[in-house]
Amino acid sequence: MNWKINFLMRLDEEGIFVKSEPYNQFELWEINDKYWQRFAELAAENKFRWAAGFAEQSGEQFYVHACFETAGNYILLRTTINISKPDIPSQAPVYAAANRSERHTHDMFGITFLRHPDPRCWTRHKAWNKHEYPLRHDFPVQGNPSKITPPDTGYHFIQSHGVGVYEIPVGPVHAGIIEPGHFRFQAVGELILNLEERLCYVHKGTEKIAEGRTPQGLAKLAGRISGDTCVSHAWAACIAMEQAADIQIPRRAALIRGIFAERERVVNHLGDIGAICNDVAFTFAFMQMMRLKELWCRTNYELFGHRFLMDKIIPAGVLVDVNEAASAFLLTEIQELRAELSQIMPALDLNSSLEDRLYTAGYLSPETAAHFGTLGFVGRASGQDFDVRRDAPYAPYDSVYVKVAAENQGDIASRFWVRYKEINASLKLIEEFIEQLAKLTEGDLIADWKTPEKESFGLGIVDGWRGEIISYVRFGENNTIARFYPRDPSQLNWEALEKAVLNNIVPDFPVCNKSFNCSYSGCDL
Amino acid sequence: MFSLFKKIFTTGIVTENVKAAYDQELETFGVEIKRRIDQNFSGSLAIRQVDAGSCNGCELEIHALNNPFYDVERFGIHFVASPRHADILLVTGVVSRHMQTALLRTYDATPNPKWVIAMGDCASCGGEFGISYASCGAVSNVIPVDMTIAGCPPTPLVLLKNLLVLMEKQK
Repeated sequence: MNWKINFLMRLDEEGIFVKSEPYNQFELWEINDKYWQRFAELAAENKFRWAAGFAEQSGEQFYVHACFETAGNYILLRTTINISKPDIPSQAPVYAAANRSERHTHDMFGITFLRHPDPRCWTRHKAWNKHEYPLRHDFPVQGNPSKITPPDTGYHFIQSHGVGVYEIPVGPVHAGIIEPGHFRFQAVGELILNLEERLCYVHKGTEKIAEGRTPQGLAKLAGRISGDTCVSHAWAACIAMEQAADIQIPRRAALIRGIFAERERVVNHLGDIGAICNDVAFTFAFMQMMRLKELWCRTNYELFGHRFLMDKIIPAGVLVDVNEAASAFLLTEIQELRAELSQIMPALDLNSSLEDRLYTAGYLSPETAAHFGTLGFVGRASGQDFDVRRDAPYAPYDSVYVKVAAENQGDIASRFWVRYKEINASLKLIEEFIEQLAKLTEGDLIADWKTPEKESFGLGIVDGWRGEIISYVRFGENNTIARFYPRDPSQLNWEALEKAVLNNIVPDFPVCNKSFNCSYSGCDL
Repeated sequence: MFSLFKKIFTTGIVTENVKAAYDQELETFGVEIKRRIDQNFSGSLAIRQVDAGSCNGCELEIHALNNPFYDVERFGIHFVASPRHADILLVTGVVSRHMQTALLRTYDATPNPKWVIAMGDCASCGGEFGISYASCGAVSNVIPVDMTIAGCPPTPLVLLKNLLVLMEKQK
């Protein structure tokens, strides 16, 4: 706890008074709003990572939150500001990671972040007016939309000048089967000079429609924040709700959640390894990986009833059991996957055309990765040796050794191989969880739900396959949700992508993008 | 190189036999066909997929259609890069208001005759997201829809069987 004593002393020197309160996986620190930026400066000096930012309304006040992490310790920083004068010093000049998050908070709540480096809107296009704020209580869920929402034409993209510099606008409707978003390239010849992302095309009002839901309803919604991360998002939301309700889930349920989350990781990594190869026209790997992914999805369907395990994690537990027969099947499947990969991966490793395309391309330096708080396998391939499962373990990871693959190479090849290492680590984890399941005597899948007190809240922090997910839940009256905010790792990784593609050639953008595979839906909410 | 060929040959062909859904099946799949393709498309169907506000779940299952188990291209079904090349728009997700104009423009850019399939619960009926300040709800609230396929998301098998129904010659 040395870091804490030293840091609190440092804050004290600056005259920043902290009211702290410990919770399960984090500490709540309350400060005065005028120190909001100063706190960030001191946190940055101490190499804290900026992890999430969000606000909520409580009567005539706004709570503004920022979440920091240092060596696996989470601090939820909170301040209160008045709705009549909703401004607060920005943390974005200190932490680049806070940039889009604060713009989102501004668009949704009308909170002004003073001295923010980028005054443009982010989440708002043209679906609501400039001085309307959807997450304020006086804004109705249905809003007041026009019959046809016009396109967002007024956004000021960065312009470039000079001989031979040209601009390529891409999207929102892309050429492949992917989610919508807009990319604006400035290029000279085939070289990318700058990339600017304009997202939030799939903003579906997730935070607003979460309000008033039951815990079960919220878990369902959380499972659809990003369809490829349905297990981990539902898990994070459930942890937050269980914290608020002060519920301990049965050990069996925790182990099953772990098995499902690791299966989700394996399935997505398999698919993405294949897709990266496909983007450099290496069809052999694509077809083999898609085949292996399909086999795992089919097992999910046959044993647990859904190909992506959607809606299998519910508040206070899980919906389906991993019984003895299922366990045996999963273990055999793991052996089969290992055998297949041991044939395929060496063939990829030796392939010189793959090597030619993946090595040195899409380089993200460890400094840039740290600057944007980059998460998951993208961060781990660029020296960000962090994994919630190891550094801030939650059940069932508290009982196992989690091997984290971290590299410094930072290119597409590194992200490719980190994923492969993560598959191997996940297979091992699943085996250990199944072993622990077999030893369990109790068989409960779900604990009794207790209606949480009004105003109680929780913060769910899990490691999804893309990286750390942070979900904030506050309850209102009668077991209903008053506020839900999920922070998908993509929200931070998207900005790192803008930097990773610089000085690459335009035709390499798809493979750079795929090597990150950020979620649009998870970012746009 | 040898290991690569060895793997290809030992894997063999995994592609499965798939037949068009029959009438009873359509019901169990939750499929509603409002207008069938009334011409023989010479065994070729060009699909432009549009994500109008999906969570990406439906996209994963559409991707799966191209994996070796389903191998959708053997039926002459292929996914094209531009709506101008397409016979069918396969729309997923609720239509987010921020995507409304983009979807309308995509629809306009698709040459006639064209068909629209609303895939998944969100696109068919609004699903978990429904209508709100940010979402227009079901696809049919924005453009005419000829076929809806329920499911969250529909499995690739269901999807493929129903695409084949559309391609069948009318008796």
